Amino acid sequence: MTIAEKEEQIINEFRFFDDWMDKYNYIIDLGKSLPMIDEKLKTDSNLIKGCQSRVWLNADFDGNVITFTGDSDAVITKGIANLLVRALSGHTPDEILNAELSFVDKIGLKEHLSPTRSNGLVSMIKQMKLYALAYKTKASLKS
Amino acid sequence: MNTIAVNKSFDVATVRKDFPILNVEVHGNPLVYFDNAATTQKPQQVIDTLNDYYRRYNSNVHRGVHYLSQVATDAYEEARLKVSKLLNASSSAEIIFTRGTTESINLIAFSFGEVFIHEGDEIIISTIEHHSNIVPWQLLCQRKKAVLKVIPVLDNGVLDLEAYRGLFSEHTKLVAVGHISNALGTVNPIAEMIATAHAHQVPVLIDGAQGLPHGKVDVQSLDCDFYCFSGHKMYGPTGIGGFYGRMSLLEQMPPYQSGGEMIQDVSFACTTFNEVPYKFEAGTPNIADAIGLATAIEYLEKVGWDAIAKYEQELLRYATEKLTLEGGITIIGTAPDKASLISFLIDGVHPLDAGTIIDHFGIAIRTGNHCAQPLMDRFGITGTIRASFAFYNTFEEIDRLMAAIRKVKQMFL
Ligand SMILES: Cc1ncc(COP(=O)(O)O)c(C=O)c1O
Repeated sequence: MTIAEKEEQIINEFRFFDDWMDKYNYIIDLGKSLPMIDEKLKTDSNLIKGCQSRVWLNADFDGNVITFTGDSDAVITKGIANLLVRALSGHTPDEILNAELSFVDKIGLKEHLSPTRSNGLVSMIKQMKLYALAYKTKASLKS
Repeated sequence: MNTIAVNKSFDVATVRKDFPILNVEVHGNPLVYFDNAATTQKPQQVIDTLNDYYRRYNSNVHRGVHYLSQVATDAYEEARLKVSKLLNASSSAEIIFTRGTTESINLIAFSFGEVFIHEGDEIIISTIEHHSNIVPWQLLCQRKKAVLKVIPVLDNGVLDLEAYRGLFSEHTKLVAVGHISNALGTVNPIAEMIATAHAHQVPVLIDGAQGLPHGKVDVQSLDCDFYCFSGHKMYGPTGIGGFYGRMSLLEQMPPYQSGGEMIQDVSFACTTFNEVPYKFEAGTPNIADAIGLATAIEYLEKVGWDAIAKYEQELLRYATEKLTLEGGITIIGTAPDKASLISFLIDGVHPLDAGTIIDHFGIAIRTGNHCAQPLMDRFGITGTIRASFAFYNTFEEIDRLMAAIRKVKQMFL
């Protein structure tokens, strides 16, 4: 599945919620149920700092695609982080760099990605793109 | 449920009519504004004053001989007088207008520091300070190779006064503490703390950002040396605030910024500075908002400081009892003397998660470290939920907060 297709899939999942509370309950479920990151990877270097909620992000590159895992100490943040990981993980650096991530806006969660929200999600997306750029550069240097 | 006796003596319905913003809807609910420690709402009277200033007498002050300039100057200086009366300063020249508490503390850290702080000197602050009353002193200490000493805080949020007394040495040159903690609500015993410092001939700066909104202050009976405040936290406009400074200190302090207004004579050889307070007010001041602040003070006097204090304490008591009865809530900061704000945690729920849901009910509360990170570290937490009450808030609004908290528990626990 392409990133765009995954975004479409997420948008469809959220289509059924007409009540904000149902939507948040779903995000909270996502935040609670899924183990997102190996505890060993919750290191300081994987921590995105300076935010009200702490966000951890780890990236692995197999030469072709990047696998992301992440976590947060706040459940809503973790739920949304989960969606971001789902959309971007398993894709090539180029695909990740070109991803628009417009689904966040479309499912009505844009306010969570405002720079003033200080939940760490804006920095998380930035960090994901930075990883993509770094791995892309590394790969092009090798070849 | 409603076992808590509520005194309904204060006519809150009438004062609410003065605050147009209270009619706003948020996420489809009538706004409940519980973020008053961050900034308070403005009564129509203040909004009218600003409007009136720009429509009828906007003009630069202290410069023009023309009529409007005179009217604006009079109103601006009247505002200074109003503030000086509120603080019971011995002269209105001891009131310097700035953009607010942060700028006031920075000004003093620079100007006072320039003359009075030298290598090896010590400045005492406390663990519960707002970053605005920490960082300017850290920078000053770096500049001057001085040392910052920190008063510890007890588990209930009260400053450890015994430790405070032990911090003084012959090198101590200044104490800078808050009047009321924005993160915990603790009212510090500033009169006693000032007396302690003065016994060591050490001047004291009070960060009054959270103090003045809750009651009049008498700088003469407190005998404090500096008292800083923000207009926007006391129902006045944003961008205006100031500080009281003891004249004998102000006279010895050099200017902070330079330019117009603050000079008497400029030649390329030598510039002589204007007198206090103008020496510290470089450039065109914030005329409109100073006049608006005076209206806010008049408004508060009309509502009545005693009535405000009494009613706010009732709101505090009501909310504290409700939160305690609810269970599963940890209140951070349980000092016997508190202003009308409560910091708390819903056990097992991240403050940001709680804040997000509570916001959807149209209730404005604050989450996070409240610009007091050292204090959060002291309590081993990253943040709290803070509800801060003003006299236009109601018991029913606190009930709405409680309902929202119950919903949060349902959703997360
Ligand atoms: C105790 C305290 N000090 C200083 C400040 C800074 O005030 P201002 O942002 O108005 O300069 C605040 C405001 O949050 C405060 O609560």
